[in-house]
Amino acid sequence: MTMSVPAPFRFAVLLLSASVAAAQPAVRVEPVKLQGPRVLEEQTQSAVVRDYLQAWQSISSSLGQNRPDLLDRDFVGPAQEKLAGTVAQQARLGIRTQYTDLSHDLQLVFYSPRGLSIELVDNAEYEVQVYDHDKALAAQRVHARYVVVLTPAELRWKVRVFQASPQS
Amino acid sequence: MRRGVVILAGALVLAAAGGARAQHESLTVPGTVTAGNGFSIQSDGSGEANLYIVGPAQVLERKVQLGQAIDFPADSLFNAGHYLAILSPSSGSAAVSRSFDVVAANQPAKLSFLAGPSRLPVGMHDAITGDAYVFDTYRNLIVAPLQVSFELSSPSAAPRSREVTTRDGAAWTAMDSSAKQGTATFIAKAGDISSKRIVSQVSGDPCNLKMSVTPAGGKLEVETDPVRDCDGNAVADGTIVTFTETYNGDETTVDAPLKRGVAKVEMPAVRGATISVASGVSLGNQVRWER
Repeated sequence: MTMSVPAPFRFAVLLLSASVAAAQPAVRVEPVKLQGPRVLEEQTQSAVVRDYLQAWQSISSSLGQNRPDLLDRDFVGPAQEKLAGTVAQQARLGIRTQYTDLSHDLQLVFYSPRGLSIELVDNAEYEVQVYDHDKALAAQRVHARYVVVLTPAELRWKVRVFQASPQS
Repeated sequence: MRRGVVILAGALVLAAAGGARAQHESLTVPGTVTAGNGFSIQSDGSGEANLYIVGPAQVLERKVQLGQAIDFPADSLFNAGHYLAILSPSSGSAAVSRSFDVVAANQPAKLSFLAGPSRLPVGMHDAITGDAYVFDTYRNLIVAPLQVSFELSSPSAAPRSREVTTRDGAAWTAMDSSAKQGTATFIAKAGDISSKRIVSQVSGDPCNLKMSVTPAGGKLEVETDPVRDCDGNAVADGTIVTFTETYNGDETTVDAPLKRGVAKVEMPAVRGATISVASGVSLGNQVRWER
């Protein structure tokens, strides 16, 4: 999908987008079809889904405000480093991006035998708004397939791999 | 929320229609780009513009001349993900955007390999597990199917190997521990990359526990034969062996650790007493002292 936003409509888009941003995304969790011998307890599944959805809020805040520290709660390893790198690039260029997740269709696909990682696939729909020095450049609704690996930390599951791949 | 989304979609459609009337510029992007490879974006129109490449994993900006191909050399865009290319003409006309994907190079450069446990008894079924995630040189997860080979080898047994195809970048296996104790090497390999872990296989529970009793002065010296598991591996020193002497309802119990493969204690010499030996869940023989 391609979209350009001429100036007269930008304000309306921003206002309307704000109402979407305040809303919760629609979330669907597909029946579990896991690789691996380990049984996934319902509590673990709920915690993984909860923590992953909260990670999207961190992405939105961090990339929207160019604050890498907002990633620390939910991300670790390569995912954190790459997202923090993006925040640094945005800050250097004077760019901000507002990611608003609209829906998630989640499938947990792999639970490691020792319970040290869990992988899910998210067919996500979200809106991206891009600003250059507070000038709205573009707004686009995106459907993307995210492959996500989470690992357990002291208090929560943290996202270690967060990567969109072409729709299969 | 649903109404807000519908209204927003309508506004975006109107915006797009307005933009289409105002713009003369266009943008042609590749469908997918391999991470780290060079690529080209074609723009139409005239004048100058800013081109932004925007995604959660990376952001680029270039000043470009419209109507020309915009070349990005190798290593410009190396993080896999979904990107927007946004062309914002300096003339003030509306920005144009297109989306494309960057995919991991299909060449393994790093394996994240977890194996466990690091120490386990011999002869356990599917007890050694390993899982691997395969990454390219830019630490992108390679989600295209790849062959990962797992090999478990120990000095006393022939190597065992499994070929596993990754799904969404992950592969796993489970293998039996061998019958003989010793250090095993567990290797995961994808392409030219391998990762090694050490698994210590130790003896299992004592098996066929046997003791003998001999008089020593006014006492009895009770000593086990060398303690082995059911596969003949010597049980580790320090393993506790329990000796129990019962007579007329009274019971005396002595625990002793294995030292150099055997456990030895002294117990009271009581005519008619029964002495038994056990370790963990294994029971040994009984001796009745009649002298």
